[in-house]
Amino acid sequence: MIKRSIGRKVGCRLLMVVLTTLTVALSGCSSDKTGDSKKPETEAAQADNQAGNADDLSKLIVGIPQDLDSFDPHYATGAGTKEVLFNIFEGLVKPDENGNLNPAVASEYTISEDNKVYTFTLRDGIKFHDGSAVTVEDIKYSIDRNAGADGSEPLVSSFSNIDSVNILDDSHVEIVLKEANSEFLTQLTVAIIPASNEHPENKIIGTGPYKYVSSAPQENFTVTAFDDYWGDKAYIKDVVFKIESNADAVVMDLEGGSIDMFARIPSSQVAQLSDKFEIYEGTMNLVQALYLNNKVKPFDDVRVRQALCYAIDPKEIMDFVSDGAGVEIGSAMYPSFGKYFMPELNDVYNQDVEKAKALLTEAGYPNGFEFTITVPSNYKQHVDTAQVISEELKAIGVTANIQEIEWNSWLSDVYNDRKYESTVVGFDASTLSAAALLARYETDASKNMFNFSSEAFDKAYANAQATSDDAEKTKYYKECEEILAKEAANVYIQDLPEFVALNKKFTGYVFYPLYVQDIAKIRPAQ
Amino acid sequence: MKYIIKKIISMIITLVVVSLCVFLAFSIIPGDPALRMLGTEASPELIAQTRERMGLNDPFFIRYFRWFTAFLHGNMGTSYNYSVPVSGMILGKIPITLTMAVMSFLLTILISIPFGIITAKHEGGILDRVITVFNQIVMAIPPFFSGILISFVFGMVLRLFTPGGFISYKDDFGGFIRYLIFPAVAVALPKIAMTVKMLRGSVIDEAAKDYTRTAYSRGNNTNGVLYRHVLKNALIPVITFLGMVLADMIAGSIVIEQVFSIPGISRILLTSISNRDYPVVEAIIMGIAIVVIVTNLLVDIIYRIIDPRIGIEE
Repeated sequence: MIKRSIGRKVGCRLLMVVLTTLTVALSGCSSDKTGDSKKPETEAAQADNQAGNADDLSKLIVGIPQDLDSFDPHYATGAGTKEVLFNIFEGLVKPDENGNLNPAVASEYTISEDNKVYTFTLRDGIKFHDGSAVTVEDIKYSIDRNAGADGSEPLVSSFSNIDSVNILDDSHVEIVLKEANSEFLTQLTVAIIPASNEHPENKIIGTGPYKYVSSAPQENFTVTAFDDYWGDKAYIKDVVFKIESNADAVVMDLEGGSIDMFARIPSSQVAQLSDKFEIYEGTMNLVQALYLNNKVKPFDDVRVRQALCYAIDPKEIMDFVSDGAGVEIGSAMYPSFGKYFMPELNDVYNQDVEKAKALLTEAGYPNGFEFTITVPSNYKQHVDTAQVISEELKAIGVTANIQEIEWNSWLSDVYNDRKYESTVVGFDASTLSAAALLARYETDASKNMFNFSSEAFDKAYANAQATSDDAEKTKYYKECEEILAKEAANVYIQDLPEFVALNKKFTGYVFYPLYVQDIAKIRPAQ
Repeated sequence: MKYIIKKIISMIITLVVVSLCVFLAFSIIPGDPALRMLGTEASPELIAQTRERMGLNDPFFIRYFRWFTAFLHGNMGTSYNYSVPVSGMILGKIPITLTMAVMSFLLTILISIPFGIITAKHEGGILDRVITVFNQIVMAIPPFFSGILISFVFGMVLRLFTPGGFISYKDDFGGFIRYLIFPAVAVALPKIAMTVKMLRGSVIDEAAKDYTRTAYSRGNNTNGVLYRHVLKNALIPVITFLGMVLADMIAGSIVIEQVFSIPGISRILLTSISNRDYPVVEAIIMGIAIVVIVTNLLVDIIYRIIDPRIGIEE
C-alpha cells in the first residue's frame, strides 16, 4: 500500500532540503576553519621545532591531571595542587632544585645557638601580587594562621612547637620554639600571604614569580608573570594549567597542540609521542613500597616480612612497569635526598627464593599463606606493581589477591583506620627534611599507618631530632633507615621514574627533590 | 488544571526521593570529605576539628533537613573543594552541556525525521535497504567509540579541530560551537539511527490502518494522506522517544565529555563524586532530575497539541 503511494517528487524535495541544510552547515564550518585555526596549525606542523610566530612562545599550556583542591595555600594538601601553587606563593625560605633552602620572603636568617629562636630579616622592597609591600605583620599573620594561634588546631602539625612569633621591628621577625629543633627551617616554606586578605580561599595573592589571573573549575588555572618579582623573573609571560582529566587523551592533546607540557606521563605514552617533544627523565621523589600492616598476622612476624623482601625483585617490577626506568631503594628514603640516601641498603635483601621459603617455614608457614593487597585504583603504576608482586610471590607459595579501591576509600579505610593487610603506594616528602619521610615510623606517630614499632628506631629518631650537629644528625637518620631495612618494616621497591613531555618550542625543565613544577625556569627554545 | 497540580505534586515527591537517595548513597559509601580535604599529613585533631566545622558529625536526618531547607530557599551551599557557591559554579557549566545537548538534539530531529519518512515511503526500495543496514551499524556503535574515531579522523588526520582544545563560550562563541559539533555528532548518531527506525515503523503501521484508506477514498493524494493524516499519528510514539532522548542527552553526557575533554556539568559531577564534594553532587543530580521531569511534562503537553483526543486521565 505504501509502495503504491510513493511520491517521487516529495521524496526528492525532502532529500534536497536535507542536503542543502547539511551543505550549508558543513560549508559554514569548513570556511570558518580555513579562516583562522586551520592555517596556523598546518604552519606549526611544517615549521617543526621553529615556532610560527613569537606570540606562541609567550604562552605555555601545561596539562595537569586534576583540578586544584584549594586555592588557599595553607589549606591545600594535594601534591598536585602544591606543585602548581609553588609558582605563586613563597615562604620565608624556598627550596631549589638541588635541595637547598634559599631565602625568599626573608632575605636572611639567623638561628640561635640553642636552636630555639629563628630570626628573619624581611627582604627589602618585596611586594605582593596586588602591589602592596610585604610587611612583618603579614609574616606573623601567616605563621600564626598555620600554627593555630587563635586556639584552633595547627594546620601544620609541627607548628604546634611554636611558642610565639614576635615582631622585633619593621624588618625583623623572630619565631620562638617551645622545644629546640635544628630542622625547623625546612618547615618555613609555608606561604606568606597578606594579612589584609579576608578571603584567601578565592582571592589569590602571593609573592611568587607568577600571579593569578583567572580559573574555571575543571577547565583551567591561568597565571601571568609578576613584573615586580624580587628574584629571577619568569621567562614565559602567560601560563595556563589545563585540567586533563582523561589520562588517555594526553598523547592526542599533546600532538594536537592543545597542551605543550605534561608531567608524569607513563612510559607507554612516552613511546607514542613524536619527536616534536623533548622527554625529560627524572624521578618522582616517592618511596614506593609494598606497605605491610605490621600488626596483622602474618606480618607481625619479622621473618614473614623478610621472606617477602627476599621474594620480591624491584628490578623485575621496574622492567614490567616502566621498561626498566626507576631507582631501586632499600629503605624509606629516595635518592634526591643526597646525603641521607643509602644505596647499600638495596642489597640487604637480594632476590633469593630458597631463603624466603626457609624463613616462611621457620615462621610456621611452610605452605605459604594468602593475603590481600589493597591498591588505590587511580594510580596505575601502583596497580601494575601490585600485579608483578603477586606473580613474584607465587614462587614462594604465597597468594596475593589484589583489591583495587577508590582513592577516598583508601584514605579513610587504609590510611586513617589502618584496616588493611598490605598496600602499594608511594609516600612523598612535604619538606626538605629526612624527618618528612621517617617521622611516620615512630611508634606513636598518628601517621604511622604501618603500625611499625621498634624501640631502637624511636631512640635513633629522637637522637636525630635532639642534635643540631649535621654530621651526627645524618648518622642517626641513617641508623633509622638501617633499622627499617633490617626489620623489613615494608618491602621497599623504588623511586618511580618521572617522564615530562615538553614541546621542543620550549626548554629548561628542571626536576626538584620535592613534588613541584617550577614553570619560571622554562624558556623559549630559541 | 487538576492535571497540572497532580503533575507538580508528583514532581516534588520525585525530587525529594531523589535527593534523599543521593544523601543516603553518600552516607553509605566510604570516604570522608574532611580527610579528603586535609590529606595524609593532617593530625587527627585537625581532622576532627574540620569535621565539626563542616557539620559532618551531625545525624543523617539533621544534615539532610539542613540541606533541604537551604535548597528550598535557593541556597545550594558552598563547594567543599572550591570554596565558592555551588550555584555560580554550576551556572557557568550549564551552557556547555546544554548547548551540546541541544545541538545533538537538533541534529537528531533534522536528520532522522526526513530519513524516517523517506524510508517508510520507499519501503523495500534500495534507499530503504541501504539506510536500514547503515542504521543497524550506527546503532551498535556506542558514542564513546564513535567519539574516539571522530577525534582521530577529524582531529588528528584532517585537523578540522584540536582534540582537547576546548574553547570556552566566554572566549570565542564561534570556536565553542565549532568544537562542540564533533561531540554532538557522536552523541546524535545512535539516536538518529533509532529515531529513523522508529519513525519508519510507526509510519508503516499507521499507513496500514483503515483511516488511511478512507483518506485516500476522500480523494487525497499520497502526500496529503502522509502529511495530513498518517504523520500526525505516527509522530506520537516518536515524540515520547525524542523526549527520552533529550533527557538522556543531558543526563548521559558523562562519557562524551570525558572523551572530548569538555569541562561541562558531567565533568564537575564526576570529579565532585570522587572528591566527596556533596553539595555540588546534590545540586547537579537535582538539576538533572528536574530536567528529566520537565521534559516529560513537555512531552505530555505536546501530545495534547498534536492529538487533542488524548485526554487527561483522572
